[in-house]
Amino acid sequence: MAKDEFKEFKLVGTRPDRPDGLDKVTGRARYGADISAPGMLWAAVLRSPHAHARIVKIDTSKAEALTGVKAVITRADFPTGLTGEDWNLQENTMAGERALYDGHAVAAVAATSKLRAEEAVRLIEVEYEVLPHVIDVDDAIKPDAPVIREGAADATVPEGMPPNVVRYMEFGRGDVEAGFAEADLVMEKTYKTEATHQGYIEPHACMGQLGADGKGEMWVCTQGQWFIRKMCTAVLGLETAQLRVTPSEIGGGFGGKTTIFMEPLSLALSKKAGGKPVKLVMSRSDVLRATGPTASASMDVKIGMKKDGTITGARAEFRMQGGAFPGSPVDMALYCAFAPYKLTNVEHVGYDVLANRPKCAAYRAPGSPMGAFAVESLLDEMCRELDVDPLDMRLKNAVREGDTASYGPKYGSIGLVETLEATKAHPNLSIPLGPNQGRGIAAGYWFNHNGETSVSMAISEDGTAQVSVGTPDIGGSRASIALMTAETLGIPYEDVRVNVVETGALGVNEPTHGSRATFASGKAAVIAAGHAITEMCKRAANEWGIDPEAVEWVDGAAQPAGDNAGKFPPMSIAEIAGKMGSTGGPISGHHESVPEGVGASFGCHVVDVEVDPETGRTTILRYLVVQDAGRAIHPAYVEGQYQGGAAQGIGWALNEAYIYGDDGRLQNTVFLDYRVPVASDLPMIDTVIVEVPNPGHPYGVRGVGETGITPPLPAIANAIQEATGARLCELPMSPPKVLAAIKAKGG
Amino acid sequence: MVAINLWSSLTRFTDGARVVEVEAETVGGALDGLVAAHPGLAPIIEAGVSVVVDGEIAPNRHAQLPEGAEVVLMQRLKGG
Repeated sequence: MAKDEFKEFKLVGTRPDRPDGLDKVTGRARYGADISAPGMLWAAVLRSPHAHARIVKIDTSKAEALTGVKAVITRADFPTGLTGEDWNLQENTMAGERALYDGHAVAAVAATSKLRAEEAVRLIEVEYEVLPHVIDVDDAIKPDAPVIREGAADATVPEGMPPNVVRYMEFGRGDVEAGFAEADLVMEKTYKTEATHQGYIEPHACMGQLGADGKGEMWVCTQGQWFIRKMCTAVLGLETAQLRVTPSEIGGGFGGKTTIFMEPLSLALSKKAGGKPVKLVMSRSDVLRATGPTASASMDVKIGMKKDGTITGARAEFRMQGGAFPGSPVDMALYCAFAPYKLTNVEHVGYDVLANRPKCAAYRAPGSPMGAFAVESLLDEMCRELDVDPLDMRLKNAVREGDTASYGPKYGSIGLVETLEATKAHPNLSIPLGPNQGRGIAAGYWFNHNGETSVSMAISEDGTAQVSVGTPDIGGSRASIALMTAETLGIPYEDVRVNVVETGALGVNEPTHGSRATFASGKAAVIAAGHAITEMCKRAANEWGIDPEAVEWVDGAAQPAGDNAGKFPPMSIAEIAGKMGSTGGPISGHHESVPEGVGASFGCHVVDVEVDPETGRTTILRYLVVQDAGRAIHPAYVEGQYQGGAAQGIGWALNEAYIYGDDGRLQNTVFLDYRVPVASDLPMIDTVIVEVPNPGHPYGVRGVGETGITPPLPAIANAIQEATGARLCELPMSPPKVLAAIKAKGG
Repeated sequence: MVAINLWSSLTRFTDGARVVEVEAETVGGALDGLVAAHPGLAPIIEAGVSVVVDGEIAPNRHAQLPEGAEVVLMQRLKGG
């Protein structure tokens, strides 16, 4: 579909009430911890206090003897023989021979109350042999670093690399050295980012039930119920279809709830306790110690630039640790790092490294913020050095449709130029700055994703519609899917209810990740609605005695396509639905696919900061997000995604970090010490929705959830440099670090 | 014939070739042909890759490869 074929819509692009709004503001919405059942037991988990230790012996006898304790499990209760990522998931769920990080689960208890389960956990005696540990990614590849796991490297790692390197990659094109030789300025710097947590408000929670017959159920807070099913059954050696997983309402995920951490424990405890349901709810401390943050990174970047701002060559070498298991997003970081720029000579090198930290999980545009921090920071310094406007530099080098991306393939329809031009035109850029104030600009990118998708839509007897989707609603997808379905059917938004359903109700769905829910489930819902329309036109044709091909669907009703088809008054969806029992039975639509036509999204952020030269504290004065949405189905939710991405990025840039002691134990395990931004830290975040419709989606959707967290890290670093003259290359840019940088500059 | 662009650290499995030509009409056929020509790539392909055809991630192994298509092998893309 060409861009100019997009028409004006009646519902798409409007801002109706949120379908989950009343439930959430009245406390009626049921989150993971709200689920209970008769006879339910409570679980508690014993976690390693050591960053790296051999488990010599576990004595559970005192816990088992405690009144009210119904089951105690250790790794001995899990099946053996798993390989690959299944083994990684099992090992992370419950430690085997060694505890690999502070917080690694070593035993779990189910008892008649939460307090009794916690009391029993304290009675479990574990004998540890403490082993040397390593926390920092650069330390982990030093020759004397403790080896986390022999033989963990995959086939991509050449012989002779440090044993904690488990994945290695190189890609690029052209001749970077020739590119650097052509440049007027070549700069090279090293950047470091700390691991940060997604910081979702709702901790992980589930209730699992598993009988001796291998049939089970789970109610869980998750971004992907089919992933929970697949992973839990793999870890426990069950048949996949025998576990039914129902997702709860979800209080934030940001990628961190696309995998399992403790869910199999509730099932294993349930089975050992005779099939009673077992509820397990993490504390915030459990969340920070034992669930997956993103990776920490150490990154070398070298760029060559001409006096006019043309980039002539670029090289990035990224090292990322994703905890004690393979899986850091170093590949995604490299793919995104130079994605906004048209480059002839570019080279990428990446190392995925093990360290004694929790197994990392996806976090909103996994890897992209780190890569952007390094590349966009260096580009900004080069613009200052060459006295080139940073937006003009980005426009000069910006990729357009048909250009080859830095990571290989050619771009389809993209809206980077439109995004940069909208940024340049925004009034925020002409607001004068005062003393100790600075303005920073940075661009960012995310691919967006399709994934396995299955959707059903059914017309009710009164002509309203229900849509069953498998993608939990973490950012407004129920509203956007309802809008698109209503637009397609020609009925009011309020006449469509979108339900997020359990694993028994649809074919396999990937989680809500990769900014895919509105794109993929939305596209499937539109196609499913089209199938229902075809059937409704057929029912009307049968009533009129004309050919179904001679019937068209207009404004929620079937009507003859022209005078030659016959003269009949339009037959509304309510009229057709009211008679469906006697005209052929239920009317529904279904669609499943891995939908084609994903549209990538670029963004550009502009931030004004003021830095207190006495304390080094950075205040965000104003913040602007400009991003290509393709088409904003429900603009308020799109703006919310833009603002949320910026808020998380601001926290990552200024405050958030995992702080480890010399003993390898995490020091800041509550929100008082792990400092996420609160409302009083932030101004109202301005947004501009750029719409370059994605031709691969019936309503032009690209996906908007992730790109927004990518530019804040470098944009704030660039603003701090302008405010203070000091360049910070390590996150977080907390007051002590900023103050030290100011003093080092002689300020 | 279809030309498959590899990421460069895979060249140690392909006798130094960054681009490998195979006889294939589908994405699955291209991956099978790649492994047949260079068996060292098998564990990497089996671990999961994304195949980008003319700028778009192929939805499945049966996706057709148009004549002269640009085919790029990438590490499997995922999101948060």
